[in-house]
Amino acid sequence: MVNWFVQVFAVTLTAIRTVPQRRGAALATVAGIAGVVAVLVGVLSIGEGFRHALRSAGSPQNALVLRSGSDSEMMSVLLGDAVEIIAQAPGIARGSVAAGEAPVPLSSPELFVVVDVPKKSTGTPANVPLRGVQPTAFSTRPELKITSGRMLEWGKNEILVGEGAHRQFRGLDVGTHVKWGQNEWTVVGTFSANGALWESELWTDARVLQPSYRRGNSFQTVVVRLESVDAFDRFKDALTKDPRLDVTVQRESDFFGNQGRSLQAIIRQLGFLLAVLMGIGAVFGALNTMYSAVAARTREVATLRALGFGPGAVVVSVMAESLLLALAGGVVGALLAWLFFDGYRTSTLNFDTFSQVTFAFDVTPALLFQGVFFALVLGLAGGLFPAIRAARMPVTAALREA
Amino acid sequence: MKFWPLLWGNLKRRKARTVFTLLSIVVAFILFSYLAAVRVAFSAGVDVAGADRLFTTHKTSIIQPLPAGYQTKIAEVPGVVLVTHATWFGGIYQNPNKGFQGVFQGPVDPEGYLAMYPEFKVQDDQKRAWIEDREGVLIGATTAARFGWKIGDRVPIQGTIWRKKDGSATWEFNVRGIYTGAKGVDTTQFLFHYDYFDEARQFGAGIVGWYIVRIADPAKTAEICKRIDAIFENSPAETKTVTEKALAQSFADQIGDIGSIIQWILSAVFFTLLLVTGNTIAQSVRERTSEIAVLKTVGFSDGKTLALILAESGLIAILGGGIGLTLGVLAVGAGDPTGGFLPIFYFPTKDLILGVIFVLLLGFVAGILPAIQAMRMRIVDALRRA
Repeated sequence: MVNWFVQVFAVTLTAIRTVPQRRGAALATVAGIAGVVAVLVGVLSIGEGFRHALRSAGSPQNALVLRSGSDSEMMSVLLGDAVEIIAQAPGIARGSVAAGEAPVPLSSPELFVVVDVPKKSTGTPANVPLRGVQPTAFSTRPELKITSGRMLEWGKNEILVGEGAHRQFRGLDVGTHVKWGQNEWTVVGTFSANGALWESELWTDARVLQPSYRRGNSFQTVVVRLESVDAFDRFKDALTKDPRLDVTVQRESDFFGNQGRSLQAIIRQLGFLLAVLMGIGAVFGALNTMYSAVAARTREVATLRALGFGPGAVVVSVMAESLLLALAGGVVGALLAWLFFDGYRTSTLNFDTFSQVTFAFDVTPALLFQGVFFALVLGLAGGLFPAIRAARMPVTAALREA
Repeated sequence: MKFWPLLWGNLKRRKARTVFTLLSIVVAFILFSYLAAVRVAFSAGVDVAGADRLFTTHKTSIIQPLPAGYQTKIAEVPGVVLVTHATWFGGIYQNPNKGFQGVFQGPVDPEGYLAMYPEFKVQDDQKRAWIEDREGVLIGATTAARFGWKIGDRVPIQGTIWRKKDGSATWEFNVRGIYTGAKGVDTTQFLFHYDYFDEARQFGAGIVGWYIVRIADPAKTAEICKRIDAIFENSPAETKTVTEKALAQSFADQIGDIGSIIQWILSAVFFTLLLVTGNTIAQSVRERTSEIAVLKTVGFSDGKTLALILAESGLIAILGGGIGLTLGVLAVGAGDPTGGFLPIFYFPTKDLILGVIFVLLLGFVAGILPAIQAMRMRIVDALRRA
């Protein structure tokens, strides 16, 4: 057994030492696999970044109340009296929204509409979400930080701009005036939120937004901060059993985890399709390379076999070479993807809310690992048949042929 | 043709390599087909937009409704031939994961809407049945096939925005017609009667989503857009009128550089595959130096050698490319890989021509360098080298 390992080691070392002699073909294989991995990781990083923006928007300690039957904020309607009832439900945390004020239930009724703002990259109008909020909105989302300018003054036509929106859309600098419909608004500040969805949005006072969108005293959603993560069931039961209400209650994290499904599906399917097609191409490339490697080493392999090396050692040596090339390709490809795609900022239309989401491509360690793993699978597939052929070569014929 | 056996023999000498090269080319051209279809899908119908159709939407955003009364006022603008309207319904069929929400479902004025979109082809009896049934619905062939709906079916749709007066969110419709359309026409829509919808809905009576306007002379587009918007200036619901093309373009821009990045990646992959396979073809010729010398010794002229090698690379390119394009067109024709999120997904004819050009180019470029080398080769040198 030990002998076998020594054999394998010796043959593999010879194989790998001769790689530089077949530089051209080996490089082509490495480049091919690197390309496949770079593209796969790159495409998946788009989906990953998009998911990050949505997922980090939801806290498990928050609950989101929508009218029953509505599956996005845009579609929901909650009347003023329903909003009052929701705020009185059990399980809601209490806190003061400003220093020195009496604690209130942290229940944030919100409006969600869309306004046309030109995109910086193209100059054409895009659907940018405009969220009408009340002071409690900031208490339910502690991750929100004002990064420039100042906080909203309540009751005035003022807006706060998310950093993502500020980067992607034109005319939203602090101090600018914007006109939508009959009303003019002043940008008073920008905010960040750990890359979450809110950064794509514009925020304003809901009470100011209501009349300009003729919403009366109605809202669209209510976000509440729960006393604890476990208080969710108590809160949900109270609302769904209340005959005065007709609502669905979801954990905020679950809700945003489900948003953006359409875009994620497109990216996942396209990424998968690409990986399969390109993978086939790359396997052919690797097979070509390994077959010619085996052909070039015919005499060497035959000599080894004549000297008494077993077929197993030969198989392993060919496979090892193929896997090594694939590994090199995988690492190079993953690094390329990381260099070119990670952190690339863009915005796109989220079909589910019909509004823009800004996000950064995210090449996660898991994606890098997947890429390298895929490369090894390609290397395995590309090396197997040539390895078997090398091991099966009749020794005498092979010696003569060379 | 008498050299056919020689050509064939050359391809057969390393069967595995020939097969792999062929398959790589096949894969490359399947990718090319998807590239073409994805490009059309992300440009969301910019190419097929009618030049004589305008869209009048609320100035602040397309999600804001407009009063139904605007229709007669727009119709009075000189140069306007036809006005109709549509509204976003956004219902769910069975469960939200089915992706039906992304399909345009809307209450429309049946006759006006069909007159506006003559590219929607409906049989006369189906059209009549749809117009006569207040709860009737006309469905695009793609959507009908996707959900297995047939004429006469009663389909329940869960409204996400709109509810009926009794508070129920379930709207039921009778499938009365299925429309088809040429390549590039959106055959996913789900169209029902505005009158029925307007009477039954709980709130929002008398409003519509947007107007679609046909004009007589596309050259007067800018002037007519301005005139329409001027009518509603300083009213509570100001409008913005743009061409169908501009609207489609603005949606394509909204999807943004994700579309272009994916296209860019696909093209990079396509050309890399071509490069790698081209190199393999060239390699296989370079390996045969001594053979070519022998051919020349037995009397093959320089020109014939050149032609022979070009024919070989051309044959493999045409074979692989032909199979690849055929499979690609078939695969794209089978529908979009995302299961209905891209309503317009087809292989444009002009890209087929481009594909054929790439096939020929591949055959030529891969073969020409080694072919010229072979042509110029001096027999003695070649024989000695081997």
